[in-house]
Amino acid sequence: MGGKHRRIGGEVGWRVGSSSFATAFRPFPSRSRFKMSSRRNRVSEEEINELISKLQSLLPETRRRGAGRASAAKLLKETCSYIRSLNREVDDLSDRLSGLMATLDSNSAEAEIIRSLLPS
Amino acid sequence: MVALRFLRALSLVRCSGPGARSPSYRARGIRRAAYACMAASAGPRRAWSRALLRKIRRRPGRGLRRPRAVIRRRRPVGGGDPLEVALRRLVPGGGCMEYCRLLEEAADYVKCLAMQVRLMQTIVDSASHVNSID
Repeated sequence: MGGKHRRIGGEVGWRVGSSSFATAFRPFPSRSRFKMSSRRNRVSEEEINELISKLQSLLPETRRRGAGRASAAKLLKETCSYIRSLNREVDDLSDRLSGLMATLDSNSAEAEIIRSLLPS
Repeated sequence: MVALRFLRALSLVRCSGPGARSPSYRARGIRRAAYACMAASAGPRRAWSRALLRKIRRRPGRGLRRPRAVIRRRRPVGGGDPLEVALRRLVPGGGCMEYCRLLEEAADYVKCLAMQVRLMQTIVDSASHVNSID
């Protein structure tokens, strides 16, 4: 009966207790959920490997640590550090842009180009 | 599409008083605009874009919040692997997702973030090139 006390996210059925009355009214029977989750576990290993290789293809060359499959842990670590470096670059570029925009004259050609690109 | 949105946002930042605001305030506005444009262009089908827009639109210091009618998953998922925890913190909205979904969202987020960085780099390069000519 331990399965009934298992919390399964935000779905409706999780709060049900162990009485037979409540069992009759539970929308999602627990046994099929266990079967579904074990099927899902078998399928999801392949999905996870596929997603990890997709992540590897998105990393830049310098971070890919050579050809061949790196371990999943290394890839996750590289992904985390890549996201952090991208966030730092956005911060840095925002600082530079705000400095540049302060020095841009309102009559300059750059402003004209930007204005012409924007749909009026 | 991202480029047009971002340029429009930049023009709004510029017009809102170029002399009155400090550079750091402008930089924060530009950063917020960058993330907002990125998330808006990705669309509502991505969890990270929805979470990012929610975070940006939720201004700090507001008093009461509307009660949420939607039941959202608040259960912290899989606290075992420190790398997974780190990735969940970095990807917006990553706290309550399944692992597969987290990897998908992370891939899309990385792609859009890299594109945004390239766009901003291009704008900065062309603006500094123009400045050096004048």
